[in-house]
Amino acid sequence: MQLSQVSAELGLDALATPEPNREVRGGYCSDLLSDVLAHAQPGDLWITHQRHLNVVAVAKLREAAGVVFVRGLRPAPEVIARAQAEGVNLLLAAHPAFETAGRLYALLHR
Amino acid sequence: MPRTSLVLKRIYPVAPRDLERAGTVSTAVRRELLDLGVGADVVRRASIICFEGEMNLVLYSTGGRVILLVEDDRVELLFSDHGPGIADVELASQPGYSTAPDWARELGFGAGLGITNMEQNSDLFKIRSRVGKGTVVRATILRGIPFF
Repeated sequence: MQLSQVSAELGLDALATPEPNREVRGGYCSDLLSDVLAHAQPGDLWITHQRHLNVVAVAKLREAAGVVFVRGLRPAPEVIARAQAEGVNLLLAAHPAFETAGRLYALLHR
Repeated sequence: MPRTSLVLKRIYPVAPRDLERAGTVSTAVRRELLDLGVGADVVRRASIICFEGEMNLVLYSTGGRVILLVEDDRVELLFSDHGPGIADVELASQPGYSTAPDWARELGFGAGLGITNMEQNSDLFKIRSRVGKGTVVRATILRGIPFF
């Protein structure tokens, strides 16, 4: 499913969507950067509480379909600007991580 | 091992504690490799190795540099610094072991998986370190060109 469609279905707030047509193949939930690098798969939506600049680099290097910040935790404007420049999609969920992951899982496996 | 011809060499300085710029070397290395037409799997592995190595320089060293070497049959990443050095490399390499300060852990660093990630994505991996002198890490990815 395309990122823009996932975003609409889950009611996510699109903070930066330079690559709206990216295919979302799965999801990964973690706040540890090395864990994401080791275990997330290309095309995963990365659900996290981290919201600093290095998140953009990790998402880019791991070829994540995008990053979903949870519980309405909004990153700083420079993080959004970097993501836009680097071609990394950033989305914001109002729900906590558990619920966001559950909704994404249900959507991708229905 | 016989060397093949050098395709590309890049040197990137890394400043200590500069988290704002951390990740820029890895992103630049990834772009160079993609521009050279290096295979997707090699690019992914090199990206992960480079990010972990770059972060180790940023978080733990007094400053250092990353050297990217691309040859016909391999991609090599060299990380070097001038200190403080690792007293027990074997211990530092154990999954879960970390000396990261709390502020770094709160940002999602210090999972104790950095060296493991570097090693697992390398075909050849070597750390040489001396306390008070510095550390050199060499990670090599073979590009899988068959021998004739």
